[in-house]
Amino acid sequence: MITRTTALAALAALGLGTTAQAQVEIEYWQYFFDARVEAMEQLIEAFEAENPDITVTMTHFPYADYRTKVAAAIPAGEGPDVVQLFYGWLNDYIEAGLIQPLPADVFPAEKIDEEYFPMVQAMKEDGQYWALPTAVRSLALFYNERLMEEAGVESPPETLEEMMAAAQAMTKRDGAGNLTQVGMTAGMTAQDHHWWREGLVRQMGGEPYLDDYRTVNYDSEAGREALEFYTSLFTGDDAVTAIGFMDEPQAAFTAGRAGMHIDGSFRIGSLEGTRGLEWGVTELPATADGTRSNYSSYWVNAITTKAEGEKYDAAVKFMDYITSDEAMQVWLDVVGELPAKPSVGMTDENANDEVFGPFIRGLEYAHTTKFADESAQRQLMVEMIERITLQGMDPAESLAIAAEAEQKILDDYYAD
Amino acid sequence: MQFYRNLTLRRKQIAWAWAFLAVPVLFYTVIRFYPTGNAVLISFQDWNLLGARTWTGLDNYVRLWNDPEFWTVFVNTFQYLLIGTPVSLVLAFVIAYHLDKLRFAHSFLRMLYFLPFMTSAVAMAWVWRWFYQPVPIGLFNNLLASVGIPQVEFLNSVENALPSVLAPAIWAGLGFQVIIFMAGLRAIPQTYYEAARIDGVGWWTVLTEITIPLLRPTIVFIVVFSSIGFLRIFDHVYNMTTNNPGGPLNSTEPLVLMIYQTAFTSFDIGYAAAQTVVLFTILLMVSLLQLWILRADR
Repeated sequence: MITRTTALAALAALGLGTTAQAQVEIEYWQYFFDARVEAMEQLIEAFEAENPDITVTMTHFPYADYRTKVAAAIPAGEGPDVVQLFYGWLNDYIEAGLIQPLPADVFPAEKIDEEYFPMVQAMKEDGQYWALPTAVRSLALFYNERLMEEAGVESPPETLEEMMAAAQAMTKRDGAGNLTQVGMTAGMTAQDHHWWREGLVRQMGGEPYLDDYRTVNYDSEAGREALEFYTSLFTGDDAVTAIGFMDEPQAAFTAGRAGMHIDGSFRIGSLEGTRGLEWGVTELPATADGTRSNYSSYWVNAITTKAEGEKYDAAVKFMDYITSDEAMQVWLDVVGELPAKPSVGMTDENANDEVFGPFIRGLEYAHTTKFADESAQRQLMVEMIERITLQGMDPAESLAIAAEAEQKILDDYYAD
Repeated sequence: MQFYRNLTLRRKQIAWAWAFLAVPVLFYTVIRFYPTGNAVLISFQDWNLLGARTWTGLDNYVRLWNDPEFWTVFVNTFQYLLIGTPVSLVLAFVIAYHLDKLRFAHSFLRMLYFLPFMTSAVAMAWVWRWFYQPVPIGLFNNLLASVGIPQVEFLNSVENALPSVLAPAIWAGLGFQVIIFMAGLRAIPQTYYEAARIDGVGWWTVLTEITIPLLRPTIVFIVVFSSIGFLRIFDHVYNMTTNNPGGPLNSTEPLVLMIYQTAFTSFDIGYAAAQTVVLFTILLMVSLLQLWILRADR
């Protein structure tokens, strides 16, 4: 990197550069996911064309190493000037002094409050925004069109009851009663823990957390009802699914052995490339009285404390560009992730899109869980189900254990 | 240069020896000893990889002592050791003993036994993971179902999961142990066997009085080697349970996996370091104990 910068600086000094101003090079980091890298390449190209004095270098890592590498690099002064983070990591990064707040003149808080989907406000602390997403994601119900037709299900389910009926119709067993095709997939290891927390619990009239996600509140009547509904999918003689059927939920759906599957908008890309699979997608089913609820998460971009002087100015410009309406549309078209501003997402064309529409409409009633340790909190949901299925524990008891354990994680995290 | 010329030949040799030794010594200091020392240091600190390290004294160890998950994991780790080592030892010996007597296709069979040892543990774990799946994709359960026997929950069961994960790990290490055993068998002088034959001794007596006692150094080596391997088991478990690492309900989780999870998904580095120190101590004690047993017999 250094050699390239010096070479460019030398060129500029010799008057060979395109502008009299010296070239500024900033570094951008994200994790490796084909479509995301491609979208970012397009954005960088367009940005550089508009700002010929700025060069943006993108570096990406496999997801598994990403967090560790970012954490190790920034304190060492080696890292990126603009970095992509999961929204749930923000607190840690602010506390560790790795990122700086976005300048209020370019990113006024009131304007962001107004323009972005409300869940983005989680990125605001002390009246300042620290990071902003280009795109957001939500959940929806994928369904296999061929299996629906074969089972005589006429239209995609709109309510939980319809979903259960459709799932019943699509479930197949062999002579010994072993499941050979499931009506829908289930498994807390995938996206179901989000569906349960922010979807089902709220739909049953509950509030999963209180005090800005610092107090667990799902050990309640609504929580028990939500858990009962969820476990009814895979317990009893009329089970429509099994945990671990075909190893992973998305594998069962991709292989055409599952009628329905709840997943995030990021799954669209990989399903599109699956040969022989005809699928559709609809909003998460509502309760009988029409209540809907969804979960949304997002990745944000932030300016690190490493960026100073002209690099800082360049980083601000770059941030401004990658959160523009234009960038959001590129991100939607290339990655399939939804624009973070209703003004872009809710265009008639996007909101009525066959594929993106259900996700975009879901954003309107979506909630974003503020996790302290997402994988540990997900693990508690996994174990809550395992105690019921493998150890025959009463759901209410298992729920109480999970709630207590999750409260402990939150207490430890917010203790300081 | 003058100084070097004035040295005696012997001293020059010593100087050269140290010059060459300096490379591994430096390597070990930087790659092994420094991180080890650092890990011990971090185990007395609280650190999330991002922020500052703060001293917490023995807090991490106290927390570990009171963590029920740690004790489950502790028991699991010893289950891997206490089932894995004897089973693999007996299997390897039986195979090596018979393979040694076999002339027909000897090299080919030996190669077949050795093959799993050379295969990537990750690939093998995934193949076995799919073998264990329920109907319709699992090989074992499809076989059972096709003859009308009810399915067995291999990985999705608190009782069966650990042995199911252990089986491919044993199988993978078998080839290596067979080769070592065969080398040990070949090293026993034929004269003992000839003398036994002249005395008209039965095969059982030959086995228990000649073969096994003379194989003791080989057995001790394999026991130490495989014990360390089973105490450090990680890749098989992690790859067969990636979605729910160490599950279900921590029933397959070994200590190394707990360390990995604590460090790289919860980013609780201090706590993970404390677990590492405990693992180090266990490994040290088990190895020393086994070496001591070897010496006592000599």
